[in-house]
Amino acid sequence: MTLPLLKVDSLTKLFPVQRGLFRKPVEFVHAVDGISFEIGSGQSLGLVGESGCGKSTTGRMLTRLMDATSGQILLADNGSPVDVAHITRDGMRTFRRRVQMIFQDPYESMNPRRTIFDTVAEPLTVQGVGTVTEREEKVADLLRLVGLSPPETFLFRYPHELSGGQRQRIAIARALVIDPSFVVADEPTSMLDVSIRISIMDLMLKLGDEFDVSYLYITHDLAVARYMCDRIAVMYLGKIVELAESEELLSNPLHPYTKALLSAVPVPDPSFKRAPVEIKGGIGKAINPPPLCRFIERCPWATDVCHHNDHPPLEDKGGGHYVACYLV
Amino acid sequence: MTSNGKPLLEVEGLVMHYQTKRGQVSAIEGVTFTLHHGESLGLVGESGCGKTSVAMSLMGLAADNARYLSGQIRLEGENLLALSEDEMRRRRWKSISMVFQGAMNSWNPVYRVGDQIREAMDLHIHPKLSEAAAKGRMARLFEMVGLNPAMLVRFPHEFSGGMRQRAVIAMALSCDPKLIIADEPTTALDVIVQDQILKELKKIQDQLGMALIYISHDIAVIAEVTDTIGVMYAGKLVEYGSTLEVFHRPRHPYAYLLLSSTPSITGPRRKLAPLEGEPPNLLDPPSGCRFHPRCPFVTDQCRTEDPPFIDIAPGHKVACWNWQQVPVTIGASA
Amino acid sequence: MTDTLAPPSPGVEATLHDPLWRVRLRLMRRSLKLNWKLFSANRIGLIGLTIIAIFAVMAIAHPILMATQWSAQIYHPVTGYDAPVVEKLVVDEVTDPLTQIDVATARIQLNPFIDVGETLSIRSQPAPPTFSGLTPHYLGTDPLGRDILSQLLYSTRAAFFLGVIAAVVTVFIATAVGSASAYFGGWIDTLLMRFADLILLVPLLPVLIVVSALFDISLPLLGLVIGILSGFGGTAIILKSQALQVKVKPFIDAARIAGGGHTHLIFRHIIPNVLPLSFLYMMFTVTEAISLEATLSFLGLLSIPMSWGIMINVASSQGYLLSGTDYWWLLMPAGLAVSMLAASFFLVGRALDEVVNPRLRHR
Repeated sequence: MTLPLLKVDSLTKLFPVQRGLFRKPVEFVHAVDGISFEIGSGQSLGLVGESGCGKSTTGRMLTRLMDATSGQILLADNGSPVDVAHITRDGMRTFRRRVQMIFQDPYESMNPRRTIFDTVAEPLTVQGVGTVTEREEKVADLLRLVGLSPPETFLFRYPHELSGGQRQRIAIARALVIDPSFVVADEPTSMLDVSIRISIMDLMLKLGDEFDVSYLYITHDLAVARYMCDRIAVMYLGKIVELAESEELLSNPLHPYTKALLSAVPVPDPSFKRAPVEIKGGIGKAINPPPLCRFIERCPWATDVCHHNDHPPLEDKGGGHYVACYLV
Repeated sequence: MTSNGKPLLEVEGLVMHYQTKRGQVSAIEGVTFTLHHGESLGLVGESGCGKTSVAMSLMGLAADNARYLSGQIRLEGENLLALSEDEMRRRRWKSISMVFQGAMNSWNPVYRVGDQIREAMDLHIHPKLSEAAAKGRMARLFEMVGLNPAMLVRFPHEFSGGMRQRAVIAMALSCDPKLIIADEPTTALDVIVQDQILKELKKIQDQLGMALIYISHDIAVIAEVTDTIGVMYAGKLVEYGSTLEVFHRPRHPYAYLLLSSTPSITGPRRKLAPLEGEPPNLLDPPSGCRFHPRCPFVTDQCRTEDPPFIDIAPGHKVACWNWQQVPVTIGASA
Repeated sequence: MTDTLAPPSPGVEATLHDPLWRVRLRLMRRSLKLNWKLFSANRIGLIGLTIIAIFAVMAIAHPILMATQWSAQIYHPVTGYDAPVVEKLVVDEVTDPLTQIDVATARIQLNPFIDVGETLSIRSQPAPPTFSGLTPHYLGTDPLGRDILSQLLYSTRAAFFLGVIAAVVTVFIATAVGSASAYFGGWIDTLLMRFADLILLVPLLPVLIVVSALFDISLPLLGLVIGILSGFGGTAIILKSQALQVKVKPFIDAARIAGGGHTHLIFRHIIPNVLPLSFLYMMFTVTEAISLEATLSFLGLLSIPMSWGIMINVASSQGYLLSGTDYWWLLMPAGLAVSMLAASFFLVGRALDEVVNPRLRHR
């Protein structure tokens, strides 16, 4: 069995709630609470959930924009895994060449005072890769690849001169210019017009194949996750409650939350009747949560087993379909 | 709410431009549709297509630099565009009310929610309701939108986003309007909350018999909520008909491509046809049919002549020269 | 398959083979042109700029005139001397001091035998403006016999010099403090901000008065002091707030992910986005500096040879401060100069505000 490109083990992030001038924090928000998953080389995993579930925080930890409170992030490096949650300065440099990110907001993710060339070439410039001419060539190549052709008309423009769709293509170019092995995409199409979302997603899929890049695709939209990803992980209040291949998850959801989520998604077909959404109450915050199942307050089928045990572990129920539920 | 067969709202040939420093922005170009009592119409389109401008025009709340060049908006026979601001103000909230985009942020944070709704009612209901009557009415409204009436005395920050949105809907209903315009009311909300709100909206509409104009870029939601649908592109209404008809047999290339390029959790995973290009700049829109630069069915006529909005079947209108070329099944390539 | 994406509106085009520096130069030129268009749409800014230009001409004019037209003996602003002879009528009560002299003064100072009704010629110091003759004084002379116009033009140089020094020092310090505070946070932020609070507590003018009284303050030193006190104070706090807004933008995250370290983020991302605001506040610092210098000089606290403030100081110490319109040329030119130059920088700052702050622009 080949080593996975990325293996996350019990990743946790706690945010302190109160911080008096000299008091120690007593309450913590369990934004991400001990999640584990793997992504193989060239594969894509969708991280799906509603606001506050911890998916964006996970993305930020994977790109080391934020430090994890505990847990490991193992990135395969020529056969042996390196824990990037705890690496040295030198390790960081290598890390920044292998992991990149595409952001949600095409308007705010580029410095308005820097040209497109500066923005796309930034990873190369900062890490001292190649000569200036080589960098120009590489940037021009990438601009062509993302559909901004001829590159000369775009190289020395500023972000405000381009549309949202064009800017997002530039964001993709910037993420791929340094030849990473793994890219975290945080809702890259949610701020774009619907008619251009597919072309951006197709671009990411095509270039993912060409560059042999693995994606972690963070989104709240199950339909988009289905389109982009081989596998989908559903998060709720900091925990992964279900993880399976996309089609399997959508046709055979096992966790009550996944079922509720799926039944709540509107379908662009007026004759389609959705299943009733079975869920109670509203989303809470995981502040110093009890060790019980995170979903217990909202689950219509919670039993005694659920009330007297810790949060159920994420287990393989057959064929790579993982669920964290006692009722399955 | 009774109707006597006459339409509630008639929009006829509405043309509106925004006067800006850089020229005239052609925001609405000849929009025509009819809405009956109790009907729900969906307006679908992307950013810049004019759907919000139409909504604001109906409410008389268009920006200062909006110029109405021709057309009428008739609410129960009366032309709203001819009214003065005072007269329009009397009709706002009472005959037509609106749930704005990002409405959950339109609450004044220093006043209680109940007080703010009360204020709207006092301004528009004559004679003014007594204290008891007003309280009773607000409690009923809150129950209708699925909120606990005890929350009426709370401040907006004590409500969650979804709750605030429901409260806005309650406020929009407070003066018993005949028509509610909802502009992207669930865009910023999670899908489970969205589901709850959509259900409430449907229930309320059935109970009170009011008409609804639902504006969104999300065609899946429109498919669920509306009976009739109007597809807008670059300021023009390009297709109009019953939701069932238009979704199963779209006849305008833009509508067809829009439906073919929307990811869904049902149906085929990836056999989708992407829309090339981007929406046009309304300062200098394309000649002829505004969609022609992106249209796979384009012919020479499209580049020079603007297609008229014609009936192709009872109640189904399209503005396209080549509508017969559009494939019958969604997802089939051009 | 490449998309049929509409190419953006015309801008700076460059082939891959143009050297980068040339492209950047072209870009700078284009952005200057655009910013100028925005700036010049505002009449206020243009008025301010015109006034500054006039003063600039004045500053350049002085050394040229001294070298060509004016002899140092008469026209040097500090050491020149000229007391033109004027005819005055001897009267009992003086109603017009420029043309009359009272009989008592005349007898004591000049001629004990003089009587009312006679005229005498005496040297006049200060002298009203004269436009003819060998040595015209277009704005008259001061109580020490020095040409006012020459003093006025000479002091312009000093004013600009001071303003520039104060402004540059302020921008430098405020940008550094604001950016460091915002970026690093923690104890650096606390330290710098508490220091800024201290500076804000202290009123600028009284401090400067004390400092000038205790030490020998020359013009460059004054500029430095004003710059430091302004830079660490309110401007730093404003720039810190701007830097904070920049720090939370996604493009900073993107730069970090690209591998950028502290230096790269601060100098290539935060500071370029803070500088326009710094530049704006720089204008207001010049205004402040010019006014402050005038006040300090008026109080006689600065050791500089000549400035507008000193002109007023001389007039005041010779007793002409309350002379109303009789000796207007002693006070008005200098006073107007201070006000106009200070105000002009303020106007330019206001107009720049619209360039820097896109939200203030008219639709």
